[in-house]
Amino acid sequence: MTTTQTGARTAGRIGDNAQRPDGTLKVTGEFAYASDLWHDDMVWGVTLRSPHPHARIRRIDVAEALAVPGVSAVLTADDVPGENAYGLEHADQPVLAADVVRYEGEPVALVAADHPETARRAAARIRVDYEVLPALTDPRRALDDDAPEVHPGGNLVRHLRVRRGDPAPTAPVVVSLDFEVGMQDQAFLGPESGLAVPAEDGGVDLYVATQWLHVDQRQVCLALGMPPGKVRLTLAGVGGAFGGREDLSVHVHACLLALRTGRPVKMSYGREESFHGHVHRHPATMTYEFGAERDGTLVYARADVLLDGGAYASSTAAVVGNAGLLGLGPYRIPSVAVDAYGVFTHNPPCGAMRGFGCVQAAFAHEALMDELAAAVGVSPVEIRQRNGMREGDRTTTGQVIDSAAPVAELLERVAAMPLPPPLETSDLRNLPGAVGNTTHGEGVRRGVGYAVTYKNVGFSEGFDDYSTARVRLQVVAGEAVATVHTAAAEVGQGLVTVQQQIARTELGVERVVVVPADTTVGSAGSTSASRQTYVTGGAVKAACEAVRTAVLQRAAVALGGPVAGLALDGDKVVGAGGEVLAGLADLLGDDAVEETVEWRHRPTHAVDPETGQGDAHVQFAFSAHRAVVDVDVELGLVKVVALDTAQDVGRALNPDAVVGQIQGGSAQGMGLALMEEVVVADGHVRNPSFTDYLLPTILDMPPMRVEVLEYADPHAPYGVRGVGEPPTISSGPAVAAAVRVACGRPLRRVPIRPEHVTGT
Amino acid sequence: MRVTTTVNGTERTADDVWPGESLLYLLRERLGLPGAKNACEQGECGSCTVYLDGEPVCACLVAAGQAIGREVTTVEGLADGQSLHPVQEAFVEAGAVQCGFCTPGLVVAAHDLLARVPEPSDPEIREALAGNLCRCTGYEKILDAVRLAARRQATR
Amino acid sequence: MDFLQPSSWHEALAIRAERPDALPIAGGTDVMVELNFDRRRPGALLDLTRVGELREWSVEDGGRVRLGAGVPYARVIGELGDRLPGLAMAARTVGSPQIRVRGTVGGNLGSASPAGDAHPPLLAAGAEVEVASAARGTRRVPVADYFTGVKRNVLEPDELIAAVLVPTAAGPQQFCKVGTRNAMVISVSAFALALHPDRQAVGTGIGSAAPTPRCAPEAEEFLAGELDWAARRPLPEGLARAFGERVAAAAAPIDDVRGTAAYRRHSLAVLARRAVTWAWDDLRRAA
Repeated sequence: MTTTQTGARTAGRIGDNAQRPDGTLKVTGEFAYASDLWHDDMVWGVTLRSPHPHARIRRIDVAEALAVPGVSAVLTADDVPGENAYGLEHADQPVLAADVVRYEGEPVALVAADHPETARRAAARIRVDYEVLPALTDPRRALDDDAPEVHPGGNLVRHLRVRRGDPAPTAPVVVSLDFEVGMQDQAFLGPESGLAVPAEDGGVDLYVATQWLHVDQRQVCLALGMPPGKVRLTLAGVGGAFGGREDLSVHVHACLLALRTGRPVKMSYGREESFHGHVHRHPATMTYEFGAERDGTLVYARADVLLDGGAYASSTAAVVGNAGLLGLGPYRIPSVAVDAYGVFTHNPPCGAMRGFGCVQAAFAHEALMDELAAAVGVSPVEIRQRNGMREGDRTTTGQVIDSAAPVAELLERVAAMPLPPPLETSDLRNLPGAVGNTTHGEGVRRGVGYAVTYKNVGFSEGFDDYSTARVRLQVVAGEAVATVHTAAAEVGQGLVTVQQQIARTELGVERVVVVPADTTVGSAGSTSASRQTYVTGGAVKAACEAVRTAVLQRAAVALGGPVAGLALDGDKVVGAGGEVLAGLADLLGDDAVEETVEWRHRPTHAVDPETGQGDAHVQFAFSAHRAVVDVDVELGLVKVVALDTAQDVGRALNPDAVVGQIQGGSAQGMGLALMEEVVVADGHVRNPSFTDYLLPTILDMPPMRVEVLEYADPHAPYGVRGVGEPPTISSGPAVAAAVRVACGRPLRRVPIRPEHVTGT
Repeated sequence: MRVTTTVNGTERTADDVWPGESLLYLLRERLGLPGAKNACEQGECGSCTVYLDGEPVCACLVAAGQAIGREVTTVEGLADGQSLHPVQEAFVEAGAVQCGFCTPGLVVAAHDLLARVPEPSDPEIREALAGNLCRCTGYEKILDAVRLAARRQATR
Repeated sequence: MDFLQPSSWHEALAIRAERPDALPIAGGTDVMVELNFDRRRPGALLDLTRVGELREWSVEDGGRVRLGAGVPYARVIGELGDRLPGLAMAARTVGSPQIRVRGTVGGNLGSASPAGDAHPPLLAAGAEVEVASAARGTRRVPVADYFTGVKRNVLEPDELIAAVLVPTAAGPQQFCKVGTRNAMVISVSAFALALHPDRQAVGTGIGSAAPTPRCAPEAEEFLAGELDWAARRPLPEGLARAFGERVAAAAAPIDDVRGTAAYRRHSLAVLARRAVTWAWDDLRRAA
């Protein structure tokens, strides 16, 4: 049979602005987030936390709590059946504190009861006899010989040395500065929540909001003393993550209570508990020095970065890795000496947050780049273009950048964007202070600032970074349906959409079902490090290709011809000219074709322990920001009037979603520059609420112009480059630079507070 | 305590309500309406925005007993059967939804704004939605969604 | 915990007398936070939202607005912007639209936070708080005497706030509030100014810069004495500055998580200088 009919091109492929499959559920309120879960007969779990940053637990008496009517369990460290320890990189954190608490908010006991208020009242009746101990809360003291040890073996989590080029370089122009970055919170809106359901086999099913199901499963199994087959995790709806869900929160606690009570247990933190219930971005103390030729060309750079890891290791070692390996910015620097340290203190534990070690460093290197520009008399754009990395350059670790590194072009693009109109004073809402009515234009000065960054994509330093995808193709009620199953966490970024787009592209079907992520399929790795579109996208693509190959082989047999030239499109097998050769319904009948693929990106390598040299990363992503601010220099209030950016994304699989990531990421960087800080005094969090931990509102955010460059990375699936993190890194330093320009003060700390701007 | 209130047009009753409970808890945990979200429970984020007697309020700041005999409309009550309200449609189409935890509250707040001000200026949109925090989008696409919904409503 | 729901003012006062352990709740914007955050577990909640009398405002003889304690901020903005411009400006800075339809001036006075946005304009206007009890009836307390400490006021355990009596503005009023973001923020410092050209007097109110909201009496007298009330010639910049310094001197701020004492003082000087400049310009334009 010959035919001239051509298959309809499937819509919603890669490169299209496909809409989210969960969008309708989310706008109608029907999408089930972790805190929305409900089960017949369920009880509520709450956590009793330490009020002290450092104390010895002499005794815990739970009798009174157990006697409260409605309480079904009260658990302490003695009730942890497996190992009372968890942690992303090192299992150093107790599930429930046994003898010592090392930070304010450390979990000490658990209560399950029929109503959250019953559980809270019972928790208040647990008597914990603490012997309060002196707390180490100044990270600069952590490495002193006489500093108290947070953990046996000392307070150093990691020291990373990077040495390259001339060990004793000199230069005609030398600039230096000290810089401090406060502790930022991920402040995802959906609080830590989960539902643990005891199973008939003696195991437990946990529905939880997280970033990485399998690493959670490993830790939960360790604590419960159960094999993976008995601890099954399913991703519940995630209300944002930004790094704050890489570490465990309710996971083990809910399971312990469920196994003890034999009933489903729901746990859901309030906002205050959430501030104690997840790690934060590391506060940083940094000293930087640049040496340059008189024209501004960098000769050398030195940096000393100290990150306060708080009481437990979490991902501090990897954050130190990023700060040390990438912390001089996207510049060509012949000679380099970097020392990055992560230390233990009795402050709240710090770990992953979007930008991961690069955010802190970027504030320092970008402020110093502006100093250098001023010292040699060139513009902030020019100094960055002169020193900016290009493809083929080597990073500070000696790694050759083997795809696009368009620093100069990104800067050129943001610099060429139209500037916002001049200050318009007729509407208070456009002014610093807004309806607070603090100025009608008096004292307002405009500033413009620039910043650039680069960020590693995926896990680095030799980590076995992979993802697993299972793809099935079958015909249901006459329509071809692809089913994609991974354990990758959709946290809002749109991975579910991208998975559909990839399957549509590779399999030529319209209908793609992305089934809930769970641990019945292999690990997808973490939803972090800007890696999921690359790595899980790569796995889905590979699994689809395997399915397609199998289907086309079957078609070739059925059609009695070669496989070559056959393709899938519009639910049909088509020939080289697009002519329809067979329908999938006829070809597959009731059969399903299913393939599971474990996919890895190119390997990375550990760096040399003495020099920090090595090919540590798989890919780099670059972005530039230009911020325009109006600053009331007498009151120190800031209105950001534009926050424009250009970013190379390799290839935009979903251009709208890419822009959404860039705008959202930019807002988080701006927040750190101007208002977001977990204020910790003597180990106590002073502002664990959204009243005093300030997130940018819609009145704080300016219009954000985004230019997306697509220089495909030849080593990555479809040429994609990670998107999520760079905007969070370069936006904040651009805002800080703009404020410095407006007010003329050095501003060596973020968030910049009004009193820093006014000098009062 | 017994609480009887009209939710999305239907009279609903809950028994054994602890008097310290919020309307938000009542809706989410007792009446099976988890659309209003529990992000801050202190009126700072707007993710629990619902209509109470026609006014947009933070359900977390209303004591459950204060809703006795009142009319509550939640995000679940905005769509007309299977067809989304234009504000809901616009949020999906404009890409204003990422994690979506803020979305129900923003949809209700935007719905209220457009009912009062059919063609709001950008500063009006910003002031009206300043009580709804979003951590994912940076708000640009939320503004797009409100502008799109306004245009849609004007032409219907 | 009990939930007490009077439907009249009379009943509310009776319950208040019987249940000193009851916590009055109106808009809930403070009380519910304390409940949700497990900071407070009163014996009962006394819900005032069904007391119709509290939700009304009227103009008294002598031109004072009697603002029922349960009138929400949104109505102050929408209905009283002309009579009570300072209070309306402050109301617009309270929280978010969702907060403003619920939160009330009476509730603000009940909480008596030094950061309450309504307090500075009430101080500047010379308002009185009307409180009542079943046993002793009604008394009126000048708002300047109303606050007794951080989150403390003159209310007796059996009293409730009925209304606040605010003189209708006879001249320009301003309210300025500094916060570290551009919306939905608790004040780091706040300042309210009322010019009373009818009696050639000045009213001030300072927020978030002392244990209680307070006036700056010395600054008021100084400015009232220096202003050119008769000819209304342009305000000398030095006078505005000197007024600002005196307002700042009246504050007794502390360092806290929201700001430093030094910045609070500094910002008050700037706010007061700007506010008097705007208000005087308004007065000259009106002439």
